[in-house]
Amino acid sequence: MTVKSLGNPYSSETDLRHGADCGCAGCVTSAVEKQGGPDLTTSEGMLERAVESAIVRSVFGQSDIGRRSFMGMMGGTTMAAALASVFPINEAKAAILDNLGPPEKTDLNIGFVPITCATPIIMAQPLGFYERYGLNAQVIKTAGWAVARDKSLNGEYDASHMLTPMPLAMTLGAGSIAEPYIMPAVENINGQAIVLSNEHLDKRDPTQWKGFTFGVPFEYSMHNFLLRYYVAEFGLDPDVDIQIRVVPPPEMVANLRAGNLDGYLSPDPFNQRAVFEGIGFIHLLTKEIWEGHPCCAFAAPLSFAQELPNTYGALLKSIIDATQYASAAENRKEISEAIAPTNYLNQPVTVIEQVLTGTYADGLGEVQRVPDRIDFDPFPWHSMGVWILTQMKRWGYIEGDVDYKAVAEQVYLAADCKKVMEDLGYEAPDVTYKSHTIMGKTFDYNEPEAYVDSFAIKKG
Amino acid sequence: MPISSLNFRAAILSLTLLIVGLLIWEAAIPAQKAVGELTEYELLTGGGQPKAGVPPPSQVIAKAWEQLSDPFYDAGPNDKGIGIQIGYSIYRVLVGYALAAVIAIPLGFLIGMSPLAYKALNPFIQVLRPISPLAWMPLALFVIQDSEASAIFVIFICSIWPMLINTAFGVAGVREDWVNVARTHELNPLKTAFTVILPAAAPTILTGMRISIGIAWLVIVAAEMLVGGTGIGYYVWNEWNNLDLTSVIFSILMIGVVGMGLDAALGFVQRAVSYAE
Repeated sequence: MTVKSLGNPYSSETDLRHGADCGCAGCVTSAVEKQGGPDLTTSEGMLERAVESAIVRSVFGQSDIGRRSFMGMMGGTTMAAALASVFPINEAKAAILDNLGPPEKTDLNIGFVPITCATPIIMAQPLGFYERYGLNAQVIKTAGWAVARDKSLNGEYDASHMLTPMPLAMTLGAGSIAEPYIMPAVENINGQAIVLSNEHLDKRDPTQWKGFTFGVPFEYSMHNFLLRYYVAEFGLDPDVDIQIRVVPPPEMVANLRAGNLDGYLSPDPFNQRAVFEGIGFIHLLTKEIWEGHPCCAFAAPLSFAQELPNTYGALLKSIIDATQYASAAENRKEISEAIAPTNYLNQPVTVIEQVLTGTYADGLGEVQRVPDRIDFDPFPWHSMGVWILTQMKRWGYIEGDVDYKAVAEQVYLAADCKKVMEDLGYEAPDVTYKSHTIMGKTFDYNEPEAYVDSFAIKKG
Repeated sequence: MPISSLNFRAAILSLTLLIVGLLIWEAAIPAQKAVGELTEYELLTGGGQPKAGVPPPSQVIAKAWEQLSDPFYDAGPNDKGIGIQIGYSIYRVLVGYALAAVIAIPLGFLIGMSPLAYKALNPFIQVLRPISPLAWMPLALFVIQDSEASAIFVIFICSIWPMLINTAFGVAGVREDWVNVARTHELNPLKTAFTVILPAAAPTILTGMRISIGIAWLVIVAAEMLVGGTGIGYYVWNEWNNLDLTSVIFSILMIGVVGMGLDAALGFVQRAVSYAE
């Protein structure tokens, strides 16, 4: 198995930057063959490498180009010896290994809804990411998010795949009892699409969609908020001009065929499945609405992290590691095959592969090549949380004064994610807020209330 | 058996109907066309691969053979053989049903024997009885906090009413003379209940139990589709997820066969306790 992101830091050939390679054959081979040093099939080996990597990179001020040219001149072994003479590298490795401690509980149940957004959570089982951190985790297929929420609330799941707005809503008590939830990692970014029935091939302009019925998978979902945002930008009021129904993802395709839905904004593989079945076409990918928008997340009750800190730490490491692994284009085919069987997504491999590799049939007769159609990036930006809250306010899901930043910071544990990312040798941002551009309009996270007011179409 | 016997002729007719039905079904499904060289686009849209659609019976039979030849395989928490799935469903049904019987039959006796209890409890029964068992599911999940116990509770709550009402009806309808005979023999109330009323009401009670098991089996499939995890309902949902109608049809048939088996078992008991007046 290739662990590109944990490439040998003493080699001038490897590139340690996350997602820096192009996925071409050359990059892939260089990543595979230039392994060396600790045995990367054990969790200790992984951690040792991660520590080495973090130290080496800090020496070079995170400049990978500088590091590589230096390693090229000096040779990795010399450098390793030189570095060890001034920095207690073995002690640092030991400290992090000790620091983690054995997990208090190793048998875990993790819920997932069978969609490609859950890729890192699912693949971590067949590809051994949970084992690597000493966990015996079972991933349990769940019929929908309401059930995932209830099974998380009642403790049957230790942690679960959720939609990014759900932990915010659960913490605020919107649509459920208020229970403090934490979301230490995002699963995927992008990866959704608007699909229309083949009957509407001539209605590519959203202003023609008056009277349409659309499906979204859950009220508190990016799907719902992105669809509302998109149609509102074209002057349609999502509460008046179109009908939005909550439809479980597996039923979307059949409803589209039956004419019960005119279209949907749903998670994959059901967008690609509609094309595969010859029922619908992909109108647009949600990355065209907001490039890099968050979608699904890894969430757990706050009590889990507090009562079982080592287990929580190990689990977060497995998930973040798997997420980073999934983000590398060259691993996507292997992952597609690992997660397609009955035990996981239960879908044809061709469909999953089209979603993950981004080489797909659009239902309009063209083969599209969009490698970042779905991507995986664990960092939970607080500004994303603030944006989600502004949309919940905009459409009347929450009322009254909202302390946007406080809620986002309470739920989206960016600091935990950053720490683990750095422990594992990945780069993490130093700030947790950034401005986002959604359909050409800039979102200023400092002025959420003004942002809500700036929309002509909103509730109330 | 003589050829003219009604049973024999009925069996011949059933078999003919089945064969004709299957042939029409088989003929109505267009065969997948063989394809030549495919473009990349055609490959991506599943050219040459089967599309989701109603399968011909031959495919369903092949699927049934494949599933039934290895019914107890266990490939992780989300992929188990049909035998294991049905086993989970039957287990849930039987536990919920047994709990319901333990409560409904004594309570039905009480209601049937005491007009006061009947009048006092009737309003509750009338309000609770028409509630769809699945409407209890969210509340059960929330209060019981365990999906397994919630599924069993849903079976319990849907099985209890027919048994309760039929028991009460059967007990109340025992012929006055028989109870009077018991009284002249100076039997105590408990002995009267067991030796006179119970045998007399047994066929009616069993009718209630037979209705209940049918409802319980209907409900478990829906409940498992909702909650997921294990069971025949989950199996249907999981195959539906993949738009695999062959498996869906196969599991529908299995649900029918098991339901028939449960009903036949209670029918057998019912015949054993019935009497001729």
